[in-house]
Amino acid sequence: MREAEVRRLLAANLLCALAIVLTAVAPAFFLDGFSVLGTHLTWLCVCSVCVATLNIILHLVLKPNQSPKRRSFAHKISRFLKCCIYFFMSCILFHAIIVLYGAPLIELVTETFLFAVLLSTFTTLQCLCLLGPNIQAWIRVFSKNGAMSIWESSLQITSVCSILGAWFGAFPIPLDWDRPWQVWPISCSLGATFGYMAGLIIAPLWIHWNRKQLTYKSR
Amino acid sequence: MRLRSGVFASSCLLVQALGVALFLRGFFPVPVRSVPRREARADPPAEPAPPGPGMVSNWTKIPPPLFKKVVIVLIDALRDDFVFGSKGKQFMPYITQVVEKGTSYSFIAEAKPPTVTMPRIKALMTGSIPGFIDVVVNLNSPALLDDNLIWQAKTAGKRIIFYGDDTWVKLFPKHFVEYDGTTSFFVSDFTEVDDNVTRHLDRVLKREDWDLLILHYLGLDHIGHMTGPNSPLVGPKLREMDNILKKIHVSLLSKEEASLPNLLVVCGDHGMSETGSHGGSSEGEVHTPLLFISSAFGKRSAPLAQPQHVQQTDLASTLAIGLGLPISRNSVGNLILPVVGGKTMREQLRFVHLNGFQLSRLLQENTPAYEKDPGYEHFKIAEKSHGNWIKLYLEGNNSEILLNLGKKVLKQYLEALKTLSSSLSKQVAQYDIYSMMVGIVIIMEVLILLLLSVPKALSRQAEFEVPLSPPLFSLLFYLMCLMLCAVHVIVCTSAESLCYFCSMSWLTAVGVMMLISALMCGILSAIAKILENYRLPSKNPVASSYNWSEIDVLILAGTIGHVLSLGASSFIEEEHQTWYFLINTLCLVLCQELCRNNFLLKECDLQHSTSVKQNFDSIGESSECKNIDIPAESNSKLGKATSSSEFVKGSDKWISLATPWIILICCRLLRSLNQTGVQWAHRPDFGHWLTSSEHKSELSFLAAVSLLMIFFLVQRRCSLVSKIAMALGLLGVYSYRAATGNVTFPWQHDGKDISKGITEARFVYVFVLGIVFTGTKDLLKSQVVSADSSTKSTGLWEVYSGLVLLAALLFRPHNLPVLVFCLLIQTMMTKYIWIPLKFDAAQITIMHYWFGQAFFYFQGNSNGIATVDISTGFVGLDSYVEIPAIFLTAFATYAGPFLWAIHLLCYLSSEVSRNSAAVGHGCFCYALMRSIPVAIYVVLVTGLRYHLFIWSVFSPKLLYEGVHVFITAAVCLFFTAMDQNHSYKVQD
Repeated sequence: MREAEVRRLLAANLLCALAIVLTAVAPAFFLDGFSVLGTHLTWLCVCSVCVATLNIILHLVLKPNQSPKRRSFAHKISRFLKCCIYFFMSCILFHAIIVLYGAPLIELVTETFLFAVLLSTFTTLQCLCLLGPNIQAWIRVFSKNGAMSIWESSLQITSVCSILGAWFGAFPIPLDWDRPWQVWPISCSLGATFGYMAGLIIAPLWIHWNRKQLTYKSR
Repeated sequence: MRLRSGVFASSCLLVQALGVALFLRGFFPVPVRSVPRREARADPPAEPAPPGPGMVSNWTKIPPPLFKKVVIVLIDALRDDFVFGSKGKQFMPYITQVVEKGTSYSFIAEAKPPTVTMPRIKALMTGSIPGFIDVVVNLNSPALLDDNLIWQAKTAGKRIIFYGDDTWVKLFPKHFVEYDGTTSFFVSDFTEVDDNVTRHLDRVLKREDWDLLILHYLGLDHIGHMTGPNSPLVGPKLREMDNILKKIHVSLLSKEEASLPNLLVVCGDHGMSETGSHGGSSEGEVHTPLLFISSAFGKRSAPLAQPQHVQQTDLASTLAIGLGLPISRNSVGNLILPVVGGKTMREQLRFVHLNGFQLSRLLQENTPAYEKDPGYEHFKIAEKSHGNWIKLYLEGNNSEILLNLGKKVLKQYLEALKTLSSSLSKQVAQYDIYSMMVGIVIIMEVLILLLLSVPKALSRQAEFEVPLSPPLFSLLFYLMCLMLCAVHVIVCTSAESLCYFCSMSWLTAVGVMMLISALMCGILSAIAKILENYRLPSKNPVASSYNWSEIDVLILAGTIGHVLSLGASSFIEEEHQTWYFLINTLCLVLCQELCRNNFLLKECDLQHSTSVKQNFDSIGESSECKNIDIPAESNSKLGKATSSSEFVKGSDKWISLATPWIILICCRLLRSLNQTGVQWAHRPDFGHWLTSSEHKSELSFLAAVSLLMIFFLVQRRCSLVSKIAMALGLLGVYSYRAATGNVTFPWQHDGKDISKGITEARFVYVFVLGIVFTGTKDLLKSQVVSADSSTKSTGLWEVYSGLVLLAALLFRPHNLPVLVFCLLIQTMMTKYIWIPLKFDAAQITIMHYWFGQAFFYFQGNSNGIATVDISTGFVGLDSYVEIPAIFLTAFATYAGPFLWAIHLLCYLSSEVSRNSAAVGHGCFCYALMRSIPVAIYVVLVTGLRYHLFIWSVFSPKLLYEGVHVFITAAVCLFFTAMDQNHSYKVQD
């Protein structure tokens, strides 16, 4: 196993986690009355945008999937547009799933949608960065033993962790503690964020520990 | 003895039901508080003797009555804001005027849960707090044997007249010189119940031959049940009540003589929640108004601030004082002082002393260490200063000082009373710990036995050896029996409190002890066997190589998570959320499974050789793909793959992919049909929109479409006769609903004549019985003649469709979509998910169980007593008949789980060709799924028995769980019977 690559992955992931922590702390210096719980929607926007930008930058810098072919500019543009459409569709899909899970249909649409955006950022955006708008590849990666590089393993782990985090985040909602973080969608989005961060940290460690078993075969 | 898993599971569940019954009996003890009233005629206490020799107060008799005639007007479900709020101002002008300016005292009386009529009447009249078990016997109220106000009044020679809810007549038989009971069970009757009370009023008010008049009006409660507190019907009803109260008040005033004033008491037995039901402990249900109106009270000068809060039990003591009667012995209420505020200081002190003496005597009878109780200490101190005060008084001291001193004593008394009654109220929950423990031991042992036998019961043969004789003749068994009997003797001879299990006959007790030790020996031998197998691991490598799919992980996590969530009161209140969450996740996981089956397997087929063969050591999909051409094995996962090629076919594929999403959408729609639970129960939901009177035509349309859909979904597997019967039955359901006024026929516009629809309902019953009978006949035929299995599956389906028809009759019209979606989901799941994906019987059973639970809540149930729809017990019945009413109510309440269980049986028995043990597996899993939560919950409730919410949250849930166990036991017996047929056939 290439140790260096694992180290690069670790660095990138730590950077992402740090960015999330910063989104919770830093805007308070620029915006009046900012807090994660109080102005949750703002934080959702900030966090999504930051994670998205950072992911794209990291992807451009690190180039985890070396594609040897040089492609035309037009192709790149169409690819980018496709990515945008995919991202938007995944937001809609997540929104629909959240509503099916019982979120109010008409009220709190902004909250639900921003939560869907956050979830898409944590899952779909990474897929788009790494795999491109290629559904077949997605299905391959998310089936058992489908990962073909440590980046894909990391993608698997972080996505599953974010979704699981959001899933577990719904648990405290029915409790009658009347805490500010029980308000929809705070507990779920916090759950997703913690899940994502946990995934970011777990992924390199897991890959490191299981490096003997992980024998990635290229197609 | 060899047992099949089905038989084993149902016998285990029966034993468990016995344990649950014992536990419930211990948990809800019949409260035995004080000595029976016949022996309770102790003399009333004298005034406390002043210190020093020579001086004795001569006031030993009960003080004379303060009021001549008393009229109690009890308006069922009168919430406090109906009188004191904006509704009261708008619709009850006379009462508002009396409250604000007249000679009256108004309070908000807090009712203790369960806020159901009969316990509340008991509380009002005895002053005690009835146990929770009163809810269960609410429908069948026997005579009240405790010391109570009515009995005291009758013994004192007062003439009592009663009109209203006949619960009173049952509670106090032969107490009233004149009565007319109205039955409270026709919930849809808003006017006649009250007219039946009011029609006597004019005549009675003119007469002089009574002392106490009690009127109990039910109309408001009925309106609440049917349409909720904000319905337009509430206003006119309140206005009607206001007019009645005005009439009574005016008549009382006109008849008043100089000697003694009259008293009018207006109260509610309980309030109503925002949905119009009651039984729980939300603020609207608990707060009721309590008005005392009499010319004896001073005119109010200042406008009234917020009315003071008192306990509902305080009425009994106050009325007893007001009528010059001894306070009932079990009363925990306090005298409401303002009512006697016009009397002299000596009289007031005498009243509170009587009250305090009664409370402290009750405390003495119930607590061994009563002397240390702060309330008792306070009372003793107050009594002493009372004595001093009397000394001063008898000495003729009549100054300002005496009055001030009296006020101080009064304050001391009031504080003592408050402490006394709160420490008495705490004691109401006396648990019969020993019976509970025996119940828990039985339940837990059964659970452990079931868990230990999982691997064998779910094996291919679904049969295992139950080592019955070795444990039964072992030394351990006898030793344990002896020991337990010894424990029983020790506990029963040493216990002071009443214990149900001890009061059973010795033979029964020994039988239970033998059962416990036999179960224990069974567990031990099962463990021994497992250890034996464990030592020889080479023989069965199956267990270790079993690979967990996502479904299995979800099922396990969901079951454990749900069981753990039962420890938190909020999760119990909102249990529907847990189930909705779980079945949503289940659908998503199923969707993923379907995707994998559709896309990946095809891909594997195409590029069979290249990519896949490299993953030799993997166990996932790749191995499945490889195994496509290997003949089917018992492993379901491998079987799944073999079917894939025939499965993936054009449009079918897309429908099957869409199935989980359609089911998800159905569930989302159902969720918004009935808001249930506690926190979000007040949210507007579709069901309320439909039931409101403006949307009758929409409701009619929906009901008609639903009935049509039910017919189409059910008929496809029925025989011709049943099809016709089904159609006629569903027509009957619609005409029944039209007759009761819930829906309208399109040609009928002025549906004024609302009847009980008895003929229509009986018409439907005939078809239900006919269809079920046809089904049973087919089942018997398939058993006796040993015909092909199609007869059997038709028979089962016919039984199922008969039950669906019964449910359609009993469900409220706005709930008919629940039934439609239930059938739709079952059909889609069977066709596109369960059969193609070839799940094993255990997984299918658990999915059925989950959906059944979710449908329990979809139909509007919750874990509170209030949502039980007792009106279903009267469909097609002229009057209250106990057995059918209980059966119908139980069926309507548990229709969701029950229908899913029967569907499971239909499905599994059609699966028999593939897996001969399917029904046995299903039965075992179903029993296990039921016994896990109930066992854990019983332990949790025992631990939490002093929790604040034990009566409002945990106890109703316990009742629901208990009833569910009994129903599941019945279902499992039915399963076993079906399994039996099959096994005979195999042997033939």
